[in-house]
Amino acid sequence: MTERDANALRAEALESLLVEKGLVRSEVVDAIIRRFEQDIGPMNGAKAVARAWSDPGYRARLLADPWAAIAELGVTAIPDAPLVVVENGPAVHNVVVCTLCSCYPSGLLGLPPSWYKSPAYRARMVREPRAVLAEMGLVLPADVEVRVWDSSAEMRYMVLPERPAGTDAMSQDDLAALVTRDAMIGVARAGRPPEVGGDS
Amino acid sequence: MGGMHGFGRVPVEANEPLFHAPWESRVLGMVFQVVGTGWSNIDAFRHAIERLEPATYLGVGYYGRWLRALETILVEAGLLEPGELEACLAAAPARARAAPPTAPRHGAFTGVLRPIEAPPRFTVGDRVLARNIHPPGHTRLPRYVRGKRGVVHRVHPACVFPDTHAHGLGEHPQYVYGVRFSALELWGPDAESGSAVHLDLFEAYLTPVGGEP
Repeated sequence: MTERDANALRAEALESLLVEKGLVRSEVVDAIIRRFEQDIGPMNGAKAVARAWSDPGYRARLLADPWAAIAELGVTAIPDAPLVVVENGPAVHNVVVCTLCSCYPSGLLGLPPSWYKSPAYRARMVREPRAVLAEMGLVLPADVEVRVWDSSAEMRYMVLPERPAGTDAMSQDDLAALVTRDAMIGVARAGRPPEVGGDS
Repeated sequence: MGGMHGFGRVPVEANEPLFHAPWESRVLGMVFQVVGTGWSNIDAFRHAIERLEPATYLGVGYYGRWLRALETILVEAGLLEPGELEACLAAAPARARAAPPTAPRHGAFTGVLRPIEAPPRFTVGDRVLARNIHPPGHTRLPRYVRGKRGVVHRVHPACVFPDTHAHGLGEHPQYVYGVRFSALELWGPDAESGSAVHLDLFEAYLTPVGGEP
């Protein structure tokens, strides 16, 4: 039996026991899973970023009081921990990590990817952020300051990436499609707009 | 594990699913309920993960750690007898069954902010030293900043203190400070240039630079 099979059996037995004891309800487990599968995820953070790019007043509110600004969007979010939005610019690049465990703005962006929880990312991002970013495909010029945010207490961090060039005419919905989860963690830039007249 | 060597490249999986097996999602849902309804608390859960034997910690994967830590906090809360789950797995009558619970030990989760009347000890611009302490229990003071000097860049509201809360010793809310440490201070001459690490540190972890310890 593999480790994963053993875990599956153990988790199933534990859930039966906890249901029997009245500590857990399986339909609540179902609802929690469904919430992360359907309602909460990077698409909600992407909406906030796209609006911040399009509306300077909203950008200021998102930086000053993130959860209140998120609430304006009418998306599903769980403001269960204080949220801090850090803004990238031409001279500053921000990137988020949790060296102690896996702290992440899950109430807005959903569950973190496995690499974010990996020992390699947790160990290395604080010590050699430029090297890790370069490995992940983001090479930063030497004159760009790298600010690493280690989520060591209960504040959760989201990066407001730079708006890509050539997107002035795009709608907020189209802009949101350029904002990836990785850009909001800070290991990538926002995507580039589709090339006009190029092969599709 | 901040700063440790030897883990190699960051393993990025293309088109990764939200869960790699259904049991992972069941464990997540159980932990959210047990912690969220007050049968245990998030700090006790994190401490249970940290107490895993190091080879186990690294070997069983993320949700493998969650599953084992969930069992630990249930046993410590008196909600599960040691061996009860094994008996269940062996389809054998359990020798001991934990008595049915009456009410959660903690209140339901109400967030981490706890306003306090005392003023913050530090202010933006203060130079601070992260204490060189090695408590045997839970702490949110990463090893790689202990004994290092930084600058307060933000004063956060007071929050529940995990170092006591994890052990059932009360919430003892205190201010949390955003502290910036230069890469040079943290890593010495091997540091990458032009970078800094920002941590959120509880007041009890900090002393003024040059001040009394």
